[in-house]
Amino acid sequence: MKNFLKATVAIGALLGAAGGAYAECGIEKGSVRILSNDFEALHVVASAAETCASDTVTVTKNQTSEHKNIQVPALTTDPATYTVAMIATNSIMPLLNADLIRPLDDYVAKWGQDVQENQLIRVDGKVVAIAFMANAQHLFYRDDVLEANGIAVPQSYEEVLAAAQKLRDAGVMQTPLASAYKPGWDLAAEFVNTYLGTGGEFFKDGTAEADINNENGVKVLETMKAMSEFMTPDFVTYDTNAIKPIWEAGDLALSISWGSRAGAYIAADSPAPEIAKHTKFAAAPTIDGKGIPGAALWWDGFVIAKNISDEDAEASFRAMMVGISPDNIKAHEDAAVWLVKGYEATAAAVGVADDVAKGARPYPMVPYMGLLHTAIGDNLAEFMQGQESAEQALADATAAYTTAAKEAGFIH
Amino acid sequence: MPHRTFLAFIWPSLLAMILFIAVPIVSVGYQSLYVEHPQVMTEVESCGPFGCKAELRVDADAMRTLRAESPAGRYNGFSTYANASHLAFRNIGEIWRQSDSLGQFASLVMNLPFYKALVFTIAYTFIVTPLVIVLGFFIAVAVNAIPSAYKGPVIFFSLLPMIVTPLIGALVLFWMIDARGVIGATLQQIVGDPQLSLKASPALTWATLFVYGVWHNAPFSFVVFYAGLQTVPRDTLESAMVDGASRWERIRYVTIPYLMPLATFIALMQLMDNFRVFEPIIGFSAAANATSLSYLIYSDLRSGDFPLYGSAAASSMLTILGVVILLTPVLIRTWRDFKRKA
Repeated sequence: MKNFLKATVAIGALLGAAGGAYAECGIEKGSVRILSNDFEALHVVASAAETCASDTVTVTKNQTSEHKNIQVPALTTDPATYTVAMIATNSIMPLLNADLIRPLDDYVAKWGQDVQENQLIRVDGKVVAIAFMANAQHLFYRDDVLEANGIAVPQSYEEVLAAAQKLRDAGVMQTPLASAYKPGWDLAAEFVNTYLGTGGEFFKDGTAEADINNENGVKVLETMKAMSEFMTPDFVTYDTNAIKPIWEAGDLALSISWGSRAGAYIAADSPAPEIAKHTKFAAAPTIDGKGIPGAALWWDGFVIAKNISDEDAEASFRAMMVGISPDNIKAHEDAAVWLVKGYEATAAAVGVADDVAKGARPYPMVPYMGLLHTAIGDNLAEFMQGQESAEQALADATAAYTTAAKEAGFIH
Repeated sequence: MPHRTFLAFIWPSLLAMILFIAVPIVSVGYQSLYVEHPQVMTEVESCGPFGCKAELRVDADAMRTLRAESPAGRYNGFSTYANASHLAFRNIGEIWRQSDSLGQFASLVMNLPFYKALVFTIAYTFIVTPLVIVLGFFIAVAVNAIPSAYKGPVIFFSLLPMIVTPLIGALVLFWMIDARGVIGATLQQIVGDPQLSLKASPALTWATLFVYGVWHNAPFSFVVFYAGLQTVPRDTLESAMVDGASRWERIRYVTIPYLMPLATFIALMQLMDNFRVFEPIIGFSAAANATSLSYLIYSDLRSGDFPLYGSAAASSMLTILGVVILLTPVLIRTWRDFKRKA
């Protein structure tokens, strides 16, 4: 019944939107071509932008997880293959470096009535992107399992480890923890998250030289190693997607995962409704008594390509305004943690909101962070499996980063 | 054949080879000598949903001028080949001075990304290739001996591993060896160790990849040998039978010598194929324990925000060099045979 209602409302909304498209978007003519990553929240935005299509306005989209690899070449051509690129904290960097983004100040002044000040991404005073959602990793926990064993919701990594030990000792679960420790991007993301929780910086002040082989780095690695002791032996191959079915099988009590995945964990149509009901979220654990959640804050947003006609740019901006309009977001408030006006945090947004409230730090938005992220991801696996020391792993990561940064021209 | 006629026949494929093989290799070689221009960076204020911060940014205008002057990048000579991500001469020197024993030296060298990948690549090539040849040969002999009514279906099933897309085949096995998968869980039962993981331990990951390699490649060698078996001269086999040779002796003294050129052909193809092992590493998410030269190229181009073209080009050139060194003995042998016949 509930689904039927939902479907009816959705169809009604679609019909309404389609019927009133021209009037609602008010775009005279132009071509809107959207490139984005491929997940629920971005589908919501792109689908709404598509309703602006009319006899004189074309709207096309390409939503692919390969977006990061094609965005620079696609926006370099003149005219650019795409007029809009949806990007995140890290993926805007290559576009900024190559100067492929159009400043949006005039567009915001004219058509951005619904955009709030904190949605504007400014570089050197100019608006380069509009953010519409936030994302961060945080703690997922099973309140029934914790309650039954008299465990309070863990606030710090020390408490997470103590809780895991307690569950193991009580014979409830041998391996109650999971986190995306797959070498490469995922493992590095976990390191970056936890490292941010130490309050440390990744680079020596004002330079591109990495500064992770220090006390903070070692502490982070030791914590991650301790966490892995409570994970299944295959933990080294698990990414975010691999963890969800194990969670749904009821084999996990605590996990650190992405806020953007939280909605799916507690969705009404979850394959394991009992577990979905008892899945709760909280801020990422703190480390070393610093009180900062070990999570990087990310934003997702969009940019308008530089190499396109002003007409297409205007059409694209206005179509995207429809995509992230408060009405559309209101209709899909479960899909993400939105930054849009009028959005109120839902049950799935608790974790990210808690991260922000407790002072989590943003993912570093510097041009060479991607190189460090890669170097970290490629060099921690041996430590995680006990084949080398934390210092050696950090030295290897630093060396790999330095070599790559030299080749990319960031270190001379 | 007169040289003129030979040339008339060969020029279309020669042209294609120059266009699609030689020119790209030369261009990759050229690229490997260059790296990105030094980035001109300025500190600017940048703001977002989570606050403002003064951060370094690339000065796009200044970079454009630099790129217009020299589009290939900054000339770096052979430094990319020598750096820590490739041949790492300086690191090896340091390691040599630091280490007390050969064992320690070897383990420290294995910690350098290029050598780590090279060792796995070589191990994979030299373990999988002979096993594929031997296994393929025995499958062919066995299939050749079964009644002709069953031959069709048996050949079809023997070929399946080769028909399956490599990445899909790897993924299927990957899930089967998971601690919760059919093979992984069974092995845990048999060994009696709930912590046993085929994915976590380096030795078991290597073994898994080797097994996968043999499983995937054996059908190729089987097909070639099976075709060869059909042409083994019957009268030689029969006269061997008359002389009282057993089944094994017939295989040993008639079939194997007769099929030797085919074995050389398979060895050649397999050495080349296995040296650029790549898909199983992705399919098995094995990068933590096993990387190959091809994987290094992939990782240079795909991970991170900037493709490291120079580094990937250098790895490619080193891979080509590796293939050449590997094939030299086989090619010399073929050349000698050719001269002897001439």
